[in-house]
Amino acid sequence: MKISVTVNGKLYERDVEPRTLLAYFLREALGLTGTHVGCDTSSCGVCVVVLDGDRAVKSCTMFAVMADGHEITTVEGLVQGGKLHPLQQAFWDCHGLQCGYCTPGMLMTSYALLKHQPHPDEPAIREALAGNLCRCTGYQNIVKAVQQAAAETNAPAPEPVAT
Amino acid sequence: MSTTAEPTRDKYSLGQSMKRKEDPRFLRGHGNYLDDHVLPGMLWLSIVHSPYPHARIVKIDKTAALAVPGVVAVLTGEDLAAHNLAWIPTFHGYDKQMILAVGKVLFQYQEVAGVIASSREIAQDAAELVEVEYEPLDPVVTPFQSREDKIILRDDRENKTNHIYHWEVGKRDATDAALAASEVSIKERVVFQRCHPAPLEPCGIIADMDAATGRLTLYLTSQAPHAHRTVVSLVTGIPEDKIHVISPDLGGGFGNKVPVYPGYVVAAAASVVIGVPIKWIETRTENLTTTGFARDYHMDVEIGATNDGRVTALKVATVADHGAFDAAADPTKYPAGLFGIVTGSYDFPNAFTELDAYFTNKPPGGVAYRCSFRVTEASFAIERGMEMLARKLNMDPAELRLKNFIKKEQFPYPSPLGFVYDSGDYHMTLRKALDIIGYDELRKEQAEKRTRGELMGIGISTFTEAVGAGPSKHFDIMGIKMFDSAEIRVHPTGSAILRAGTKSQGQGHETTWAQIAADELGLDAQNIMVEEGDTDTAPYGLGTYASRSTPVAGAAIAMAARKIREKAKKIAAHLLEAPVDDIEWENHAFHVRGLPGKAITMQEIAFAAYTNPAPDSEPGLEATFYYDPPNLTFPYGAYIAVVDVDAETGFVKVRRFLAIDDCGTVINPMIVEGQIHGGLTEGFAIAFMQELAFDAQGNALNTNFTEYLVPTSLETPHWETSSTVTPSPHHPIGAKGVGESPNVGSPAAFVNAVMDALAPLGVTHIDMPLTREKVWRAVRDAKGTLSA
Repeated sequence: MKISVTVNGKLYERDVEPRTLLAYFLREALGLTGTHVGCDTSSCGVCVVVLDGDRAVKSCTMFAVMADGHEITTVEGLVQGGKLHPLQQAFWDCHGLQCGYCTPGMLMTSYALLKHQPHPDEPAIREALAGNLCRCTGYQNIVKAVQQAAAETNAPAPEPVAT
Repeated sequence: MSTTAEPTRDKYSLGQSMKRKEDPRFLRGHGNYLDDHVLPGMLWLSIVHSPYPHARIVKIDKTAALAVPGVVAVLTGEDLAAHNLAWIPTFHGYDKQMILAVGKVLFQYQEVAGVIASSREIAQDAAELVEVEYEPLDPVVTPFQSREDKIILRDDRENKTNHIYHWEVGKRDATDAALAASEVSIKERVVFQRCHPAPLEPCGIIADMDAATGRLTLYLTSQAPHAHRTVVSLVTGIPEDKIHVISPDLGGGFGNKVPVYPGYVVAAAASVVIGVPIKWIETRTENLTTTGFARDYHMDVEIGATNDGRVTALKVATVADHGAFDAAADPTKYPAGLFGIVTGSYDFPNAFTELDAYFTNKPPGGVAYRCSFRVTEASFAIERGMEMLARKLNMDPAELRLKNFIKKEQFPYPSPLGFVYDSGDYHMTLRKALDIIGYDELRKEQAEKRTRGELMGIGISTFTEAVGAGPSKHFDIMGIKMFDSAEIRVHPTGSAILRAGTKSQGQGHETTWAQIAADELGLDAQNIMVEEGDTDTAPYGLGTYASRSTPVAGAAIAMAARKIREKAKKIAAHLLEAPVDDIEWENHAFHVRGLPGKAITMQEIAFAAYTNPAPDSEPGLEATFYYDPPNLTFPYGAYIAVVDVDAETGFVKVRRFLAIDDCGTVINPMIVEGQIHGGLTEGFAIAFMQELAFDAQGNALNTNFTEYLVPTSLETPHWETSSTVTPSPHHPIGAKGVGESPNVGSPAAFVNAVMDALAPLGVTHIDMPLTREKVWRAVRDAKGTLSA
């Protein structure tokens, strides 16, 4: 089937088998190997990409044809003007990665989280990341990194809750 | 070079939390993992697995699979037998393992056939079409069934028994006598369940035989690339110069990527025969069901003591389940690894331990999962045992430990089971932990809660590890001594390349190795490039596992740098026009004794080494060092867990967890802390979640991440960490290694805490993992007993 997908701002038109998973389409058809595959059951989250600007999706659980006409952001799309995205910088500063295999998925899930909730508290971050496994860091420094990136954002702080 | 690299606070940055040099590529999605590699003309391998744990193979019909367009070959054990590759020796050489099943299958999911096709999908489709007819046999699922020898599993072996070996160390008679004479004693069977390292990147290979050069390149998820090159050469007869192993970025290892797996051998054999690159990437199910499991030790722990709480004897008798083949990854002379560390941090006058290993119809393995060769099992046994003894004595578990610790003046301490501990101050470290966590207050709180029937527990684990295998007189794998190596080449303008025989899987070697060399050489750590994992360029080494990288390769790096410094000193004398004996190394530069103004940096010397070498000296500035450690290192720690148990649901809330680690000299505190966070999380996972269980028929029950539960950010507790520093006296920079300590030490702290919470109910032991169901049942049963 012929599909056209915008990935990291660039339009791609490709012929794909209907059963091709989005993860393999990105990795093998487009050569964007930052998106990883780590399980067969949508459990690990190393394949998370962002759909249409603010939805974190597991690209192993979506067919490439389902992305037809949509926009995908992968980890390769985070760097802007040669500069690391604040989340990437924060993961580096806070030692939020070790082997690096879960990192792209963690970054993309966090990216979508901050789009919806620019100033999440720790429970909200842990809740959002619950679909992304990490075997190295114990999550603590990942949470710290997301907090750092959130602190640096220009997005308005949440309205104080009326008491 | 990354665009956002920032200068470090101290360019000779040993002991500094320097940000990791490897991170920019991972952050940008430019990591270079095995499955990211695509070679021209590459074919795919998919493996056919047995649905039965024990069955005779009657017939394999390849016809339907071969008829699928795109399928190039279907290989079976008989095809491999023609190349003498149906079986290969196991790691230590005492047994052999099947690559593809011949005659019968010995565990569920055993590899039966391999399908080679033009794409991943076609190979997988065709694998479904390989028709295998089996005649099921009765399975042997536990080592206790196995030792009855009613069904002999391995009819290929000369000895018709399921018993693999007996191993023992220590004084049996003296220990038995001391136990019999002890005023107080405990005895309990403690099981360390079968679990799996499950790194997020599965194992895999691309085998690429170049017919033109006769060279076989293996891109391999390998924690020990040189060892794997030698194994391939020994097994196939291909000369070692014709084998090139490249271990790219590894997405975690934790011991899983040490052994040789059938998929590797099938891919390599197929590439040699077909002459094109073959890729095999295992699925998560293949990872969990076929590649190296860990532990599965059933340990009977006995401790004797006096009435006032002085330990007199320790005996641990273990039954080990090794699965279908004896493929445990241990040094040749240590079939039960370093289990002899089971006397732990305590001064036992008598000790004895023995172990019997058995075959079962389960996957083979016995890898050191974030663990130095069975040290985790041993630490769990002794730390659970001490907890039980404290309860039996009605003594505070911290007090019992303080009373029996090896004292700091006893180091180097010869243990009754044959180790010589290098250094430690166990009293200081535990006291620091008790102080930071507010132990006395917690005990008061617990006492109050108990009056209200609330279940709060405090668990301590004060473990000692033996890591850094190892001294060549004791340690080898397949005869190859367990030294490690480093090569440093200083470039004319004062930057350098450093290569080592180890292989990082996330530990951050590109940063910490540079820090060691920078400090020794007075160069900028940012400008020391570290390279590992390519057998064509790196010096020979035994790889990264068993916390051996810093104790062995880290030492080799320091020693190679010192060799360079020796040569540099002569160049300095030439340039400063002073006798060599008057040249001193201080503050990362050479000085002339008595002339404070005269100094020269390593960078200046490097330039001179290529432009103005001293007369009669060899140009250039580089060195290689092979380090044979004089002893193991003995990192230790004091961990305290605080838990609240919900009696209604069995839910255990880990309220606090404090880890004080003493790993000797710290190279990079940020990385050490990160290693501890990760190891504690794996210890937590093992204590509460992770298990490879089998039903009574030998069916695997945890075959993917929906059944093999690893913790997410939601379950994982918050970790508190701190440290004490007791340098290793025999390591060049005093470092001991840390990556595994938290996984070794923490399971007992968690279990001790839960048992402490359940103490008022009379519950003394529950085997891991402490799932809600198990805790709930224990509480229910205990309450039933109490009210009856």
